[in-house]
Amino acid sequence: MSEKEIKDEMRELGIKRIWNTKQKKAIIALVIIATAGIVGGFLIVEYNRVQNRIILATTTSTYDSGLLDILVPVWEGQTGFTVEILSVGTGAALRNGESGDADVLLVHSRSREDDFIAAGYGLYRTCVMYNDFILIGPASDPADLLNAINITDAMTRIKDESELGNANFTSRGDASGTHLKELLLWSLVEGFVPDPAVNTWYDEAGEGMGATLTIANQQNSYTLIDRGTWLANKDDVSLILVYEANDSIDIDKNLLNPYGAMLVNPLIHQGIKYEKAMSFVAFLVSEQGQKLIGEFKKEGELLFTPCFGKCNETHDCTTTEDEVEFWSQHNGGHIRTTSGPSLASADYPLYGTVSI
Amino acid sequence: MGILANDIIDGIIEAFSLLFSFDPELWNIIEVSIRVSLISTLIAAMVAIPFGSFMALRDFKGKKAISNVLNTFMGFPPVVMGLLVFLLLSNSGPFGFFGFLYTTIAMMISQFLLSTPIIMGTTKAAIESVDPLLKEIIISLGANERQLWWELVKDSKRSILAGYLVAFGQAISEVGAVMIVGGNLRWHTRTFTTAIVWQTRMGEFGMAIALGILLILIAFLLNYALTYLQMGEK
Repeated sequence: MSEKEIKDEMRELGIKRIWNTKQKKAIIALVIIATAGIVGGFLIVEYNRVQNRIILATTTSTYDSGLLDILVPVWEGQTGFTVEILSVGTGAALRNGESGDADVLLVHSRSREDDFIAAGYGLYRTCVMYNDFILIGPASDPADLLNAINITDAMTRIKDESELGNANFTSRGDASGTHLKELLLWSLVEGFVPDPAVNTWYDEAGEGMGATLTIANQQNSYTLIDRGTWLANKDDVSLILVYEANDSIDIDKNLLNPYGAMLVNPLIHQGIKYEKAMSFVAFLVSEQGQKLIGEFKKEGELLFTPCFGKCNETHDCTTTEDEVEFWSQHNGGHIRTTSGPSLASADYPLYGTVSI
Repeated sequence: MGILANDIIDGIIEAFSLLFSFDPELWNIIEVSIRVSLISTLIAAMVAIPFGSFMALRDFKGKKAISNVLNTFMGFPPVVMGLLVFLLLSNSGPFGFFGFLYTTIAMMISQFLLSTPIIMGTTKAAIESVDPLLKEIIISLGANERQLWWELVKDSKRSILAGYLVAFGQAISEVGAVMIVGGNLRWHTRTFTTAIVWQTRMGEFGMAIALGILLILIAFLLNYALTYLQMGEK
């Protein structure tokens, strides 16, 4: 019988197609090759992507402000590289820098940044911009913060009224830059250190800013919030702004929130995209970058003040001459010289002209 | 209470408009989620089905011990797997030089490691639960070991497929591991689950609800397929 007749008879009998051994082996081989091809394809695509990207580790409040959505595409367009943004807490961002899983950091906690540099994990810290924190609270404002004369007075009022049982406070409680700032502000009240175990009016959310705001809203409590997150969410909550920094009062400078960028040290890890990261930070502090930062509006309000070279305006962030000189060399967002730490040197200077 | 309820209603409305307007970010999330879960579980199946059925048919030294280990790994907490893979792939870790941390490759690796024991275990159970009479008949017909294996796999294909769907279901709804090793990077490693966590924490319920609806739909479809398969099995 011809093959066609065999097939017809098989169909009549209801027998399904039988593969012979050779065909079976061919099919298995095909499947394995196809799978290897697909997996290999993905590996190549991802590897390529990894080569052309830098990982920026930054804080959730920075990311949620939307500033990076404006800044990053400009640099990406100029250089052809991509920035992938890890939006985590300050502590996690710094840890990613320590383990070499990020290439550049943008955080807002000067003392921790200095520790990071001193420990040799990072290089070339520079001031980029600052925004401010504000106090928000219930519309009824039981602690009468609307009439507070400065930040110390404001914090004192919250504490006093809460101890009387008329108010409460929600804290980030997550060791973030915001949380540390909040603790600093409490310390202005005669060195007060809030303890949720003892101070029943004090709650630690252990969450990011958005989630903490939701909790504060539901509990009708006072809380410290960065202006960016506030502007984005103020229409969705019943809390109101009760205290913001008064420019003419020195102690209110404690509410200012300066941001620092740091490069992760390429000598203690492999695979750090050092030059691309440097190009990105150079862009942030360049004339163009600083202008974009200063013009960024959220809900119609300006949010950040660019402060490269003039961070001395804020309380806990000082600009150094070395910093300005180094980054001016790299102005324009493009690397002209890559001066970096020497392989032979055991310590890593903040700035220097050691060449590789 | 009032404000939260408004949020949710606004969220549902936004969810439907996002779904039907083919919002590119939403579709990117769908693509990443399905790609990561599908590929990792398919490769896991290609490894696990042969091994699982082999374990069911052969007797070897230490079989009981290995079976116990396998059962334990089936219940391996996904987020711990994520931590493990993170430590291995971190730049400070042993396999950091690949640079795969915060990529879909890392996510696929952790889901592969989670799915393989599941599929192995269910395949083994499926083959072991085949009627021993059928096994005897096949052997008495003169089948060699490989032919026996193939016949039993064909006979239990519904159960094996069900095991695969369990693994896929776990993969697509997993949140801890993919967040840790993927980093929830926008446009690159953001999945249903990581996006829902992130959006909810920000208070942006619209996209979170849209993703939640889709995820529930997928879970329903999987469950329906599972039930259908199990009903068909004798």
